[in-house]
Amino acid sequence: MILDIIIDGLIKGSVYALLAIGFSLVLGVARIINIAHTALYMTAAYLIFVGTKLMGLPAPLAMVASIVLTVILGLLIYNFFIKPIQEHEAAVLIATIAVAMMIQEVFLMIFGGHYLGVNPLIDGYATILGVKVTYQHLLALGLALVVLVATRMFLQKTRLGLAIRSTAQDREVANLMGMNVTRVAMGTMAVSVGMAAITGAIVVPLVTVEPTMWMHPLIMMLAIVVLGGLGSIEGSFVGAFILGFAESLVVFLVPMGSFLKDSVALSIMILVLLIRPEGLFGVSFEEER
Amino acid sequence: MGLLGVYFRRTVGILRTEVLVLPSRVAVLVFIVALMALPIFTQDYYFLRVLILTSIFAIFAASWDLLSGFTGQMNFGHALFFGVAAYVTALLNLKLGLPPYFSIPLGAVGGVLTGLIVGIPCLRLKGSYLALTTLAFPIILTGIVFAIPSITGGELGLAGLSRLTGSRVMDYYLTSGLMLILGFTMWKITDSKTGIILHAIREDELAVRTAGVNTTRYKLLAFCMSGFFAGVAGGLYAHFMRLAGPSGLEVGLSFQVIIWAVFGGMVTIYGPIAGVFILYPLMEILRIVLDQFPSLPEIRMFIFAALVLLTLLFMPEGLIPWVRDKIETECPRCKVRNVFSRQRCRICDAALD
Repeated sequence: MILDIIIDGLIKGSVYALLAIGFSLVLGVARIINIAHTALYMTAAYLIFVGTKLMGLPAPLAMVASIVLTVILGLLIYNFFIKPIQEHEAAVLIATIAVAMMIQEVFLMIFGGHYLGVNPLIDGYATILGVKVTYQHLLALGLALVVLVATRMFLQKTRLGLAIRSTAQDREVANLMGMNVTRVAMGTMAVSVGMAAITGAIVVPLVTVEPTMWMHPLIMMLAIVVLGGLGSIEGSFVGAFILGFAESLVVFLVPMGSFLKDSVALSIMILVLLIRPEGLFGVSFEEER
Repeated sequence: MGLLGVYFRRTVGILRTEVLVLPSRVAVLVFIVALMALPIFTQDYYFLRVLILTSIFAIFAASWDLLSGFTGQMNFGHALFFGVAAYVTALLNLKLGLPPYFSIPLGAVGGVLTGLIVGIPCLRLKGSYLALTTLAFPIILTGIVFAIPSITGGELGLAGLSRLTGSRVMDYYLTSGLMLILGFTMWKITDSKTGIILHAIREDELAVRTAGVNTTRYKLLAFCMSGFFAGVAGGLYAHFMRLAGPSGLEVGLSFQVIIWAVFGGMVTIYGPIAGVFILYPLMEILRIVLDQFPSLPEIRMFIFAALVLLTLLFMPEGLIPWVRDKIETECPRCKVRNVFSRQRCRICDAALD
């Protein structure tokens, strides 16, 4: 039981961390609340389903192809629907909601509301301390951690990472220092969508693929981003594991847990906000000018 | 008789000098008259049902605009007020047997209290934090609703409320009349001194505080007022559908109200109302049209989303402000609005560009 909770919490936490970090990158750099973020995660999952089940591609190839296609789709959406109206905040907000709904409807049209699934990459299970853990869970956990570390390295060590961090810190000064803020925003969007797609690729064997699978991660992701402090990568990371573990604890231990999992996670978020309005790792944004 | 004549002439005078000079006011007048006269021409059961729901959602969308548009307190979880009021109304009606004209106002009071409860933690938050936090409340409540089915009816909700009024036409007049009255009230609120303070809070809260205004109190007031109007909408909905269920708390409904309001044009009150009156019946028409082609997959929501997206690309301010700016110009000297075809201002005779 305890090990179940730990494994489940770790996987949930790292998946949410991947989503939340991608989301808060775009929020920090381009000031876009991208509701469609998890819809793109769903897109990657569906593309893998198409690749492996319908076209019979080998799984790794399907994963790479789906990630690339999703990133292209994300950039197209950004370029055609979000960039032209970027200075109108409310309009951007509902544009992303509308995009998410369109993606959902497209998949509903093509595949119907059926619950679909993808075969695990590797079968079998290991027995750790007397608990059966499938290799797929371990693989997902490992991959998620690798991607998290890679993201960290990317943000800290590369020039684009530096540009992203500085633009998030102060857009205007970054512009004055000669960074092409529009290009940086574009790059951030690509990285962010890429992370969403990778997350989708990692978890797709563990979840059911259906047109509303983006809703629950979206809510958890938003809660995590607020809990950790907007725009803070560490905050998103810590927040993701707190809420991931909270969710799996509630699901495993509390009666009616699966109904209450969202409620408990979000209540934790609100309690933290009551004590620290800027979130756990709140970097206070510069006053909006 | 003579007195009647005086009133008649005065009304005509006001009509000629105040209403008929501006196309937007003419449009509002035509809208009100058409809404009131409609049951004379058709009493189709389904048609009236669509318009009743449209009116209810119009109140709801306008109440969102009062809070998020005017006061700038971006609320992603507006369905909370709607859902809470619907449940309160349903419980009062079913458990205590209160008739609709008591249960709906009391449900709206429930909305006000919810506004207070949500408002107090939210006062310390700003911008995106506030938006994302407010999203959480209806989801928390949905979980609780599912966890205690003995009181809330769980997934099925509370069904079997008493009817709003005896007949469908009366329902129609009640909801559309209330929509007009409440919409007008909200518009007046935004035009009053309080409204100006709310507007100023959105523009620059720090400056308002510096001017000696207790912004906390006004923000709470905005939450409560918005909760009240949304609560009336929720109560009406519960009594009309004779059902209060968890669908009234869905994230989808919160998003829907934002789409309606932003599509129609934020910060106007009439914009969101117009947005609902365009989009909601349009969706019903689409449903009927698409039912003729059963071979097509379910593309109604897709068309809806695409339509909203394309509208925003060309009119990011929303539909109604865009149209208004096309047909009217503001006088540069006295700030009075004029028809676009006029060369000189109708009040101060300044040249219009």
